Amino acid sequence: MNFIQNSGKYFLFLSTTVRSREPFRVYPPLILDEMVKIGTNSFLIVAIVSSFIGAVTCIQTADNLVSPLVPLSVIGTICRDMTLLELAPTFTCVVLAGKVGSNLAGEIGSMRITEQIDAIEVMGINASSYLILPKIIAACIMIPALCILSAFLALMGGYLVSVFSDAITPTDFVSGLRSGFRVFNIFFALIKSFVFAFLISTIASYKGYYTLGGALEIGQASTKAVTNAVIAILIADLILAQVLI
Amino acid sequence: MIEILNLKKNFGDKQVLDGVSAKFEDSNNSLIIGASGTGKSVLLKCIVGLIKPDSGDVLFDGRSLYKSPTKVVKNIRREMGMLFQGGALFDSLTVAENVRFPLDMVVRTMTDSEKADQVMHCLMRVGLEQAANKKPAELSGGMKKRVGIARAIVMNPKYLFCDEPNSGLDPMTSIKIDELISEITDEYKMTTIVVTHDMNSVMGIGEYVMFLYNGLKEWEGDSKSILHAQSQPLKDFVFASKIMEGLL
Repeated sequence: MNFIQNSGKYFLFLSTTVRSREPFRVYPPLILDEMVKIGTNSFLIVAIVSSFIGAVTCIQTADNLVSPLVPLSVIGTICRDMTLLELAPTFTCVVLAGKVGSNLAGEIGSMRITEQIDAIEVMGINASSYLILPKIIAACIMIPALCILSAFLALMGGYLVSVFSDAITPTDFVSGLRSGFRVFNIFFALIKSFVFAFLISTIASYKGYYTLGGALEIGQASTKAVTNAVIAILIADLILAQVLI
Repeated sequence: MIEILNLKKNFGDKQVLDGVSAKFEDSNNSLIIGASGTGKSVLLKCIVGLIKPDSGDVLFDGRSLYKSPTKVVKNIRREMGMLFQGGALFDSLTVAENVRFPLDMVVRTMTDSEKADQVMHCLMRVGLEQAANKKPAELSGGMKKRVGIARAIVMNPKYLFCDEPNSGLDPMTSIKIDELISEITDEYKMTTIVVTHDMNSVMGIGEYVMFLYNGLKEWEGDSKSILHAQSQPLKDFVFASKIMEGLL
């Protein structure tokens, strides 16, 4: 019952972000600000996680493919498909749910507690549209971009393993990357990351927007935002895999 | 004039407002007083539309806040200024940017320099022109309230609402804030409603005083007649301070 109530409240909340919006001129600077906060400030963590995950994937795949009947280039192919289909969009978004999600929920929650949201409402401004819509748009632009970057860096991590270890040669790795490549996989990764970005930004904003109480509740809202966003990402991942592949 | 009509509000089983009606005249400092937990802040939030009452209505010069189309409600809200208990300043903006915020969001007819002039005028009015480039975190409680007042008046509002403007302030700063609110009300000819439990404010600036008790309007009148009111809950509230007994 609580889940149904919360879902209804969540969808009503989403509708308030687009109903009776502020004039268009208000949004571009806010969206750019949020793009920096969500995207640029997350670059380092995404780069580190992706490079290491790509490298580890390459080493572990090479370790498990010991049959002389399987060409070594298959390691590159497996790394590529794992990265594009799952690691880059899903893993990156789970990491971003932690970083961006908790940040959004904390920021909006503290604005709620300190009556800043009330102050905006009293001025006759649609607070949910003014505060939340730029965050959703910025997340939906920057998170897919980070996922593409993540895929590139993960494959670079795998390539560096091929260069600096004897698990696989760089030639075999690149040959595997190029073999049987489907352009659709990139679109699939983009669609997934777009959906995940929407879920992260809206769930975190929703949790922050309805925070009641004080500092303790802001912390709880941030935690709930992260856990709910991660669960939503995993469910959406399953649905999208079933529907699109 | 602001007219509230039979406002009722429940939170779960708890009835916070039990049918409150009142009229707040133009160019007057009206005070809503009462002990903690009697529904003063909830009433104020119902008046400005931050909390929707279960029933009843609020009329701003005859325009309903709860039964009018969204556009009319937006227009009513743009005639409001509100000072929040903690100031509610935006942490990421400087003092000047905080005061300028409503102008940037709502006003399209002013140039940037006109907006800057208006901001400086309001900051000078509250005596904070020196703090224009400071962040809210660098301000004292009293300064935050004064910035809040500057932001509330920057749009030349018709209605000013103050939620506990003296809370957390020393007596001297409290008096200064009260005087500022009173002067601004006269200067801008606003309808001002102040929620407070500070008897100094009541005696200092209260032209119309409404006493809330258990979600009901227990008493209304001016600040002079409050000392001779017959209501026992009001007497208990007013004379809780020994200093007030000396005024009799």
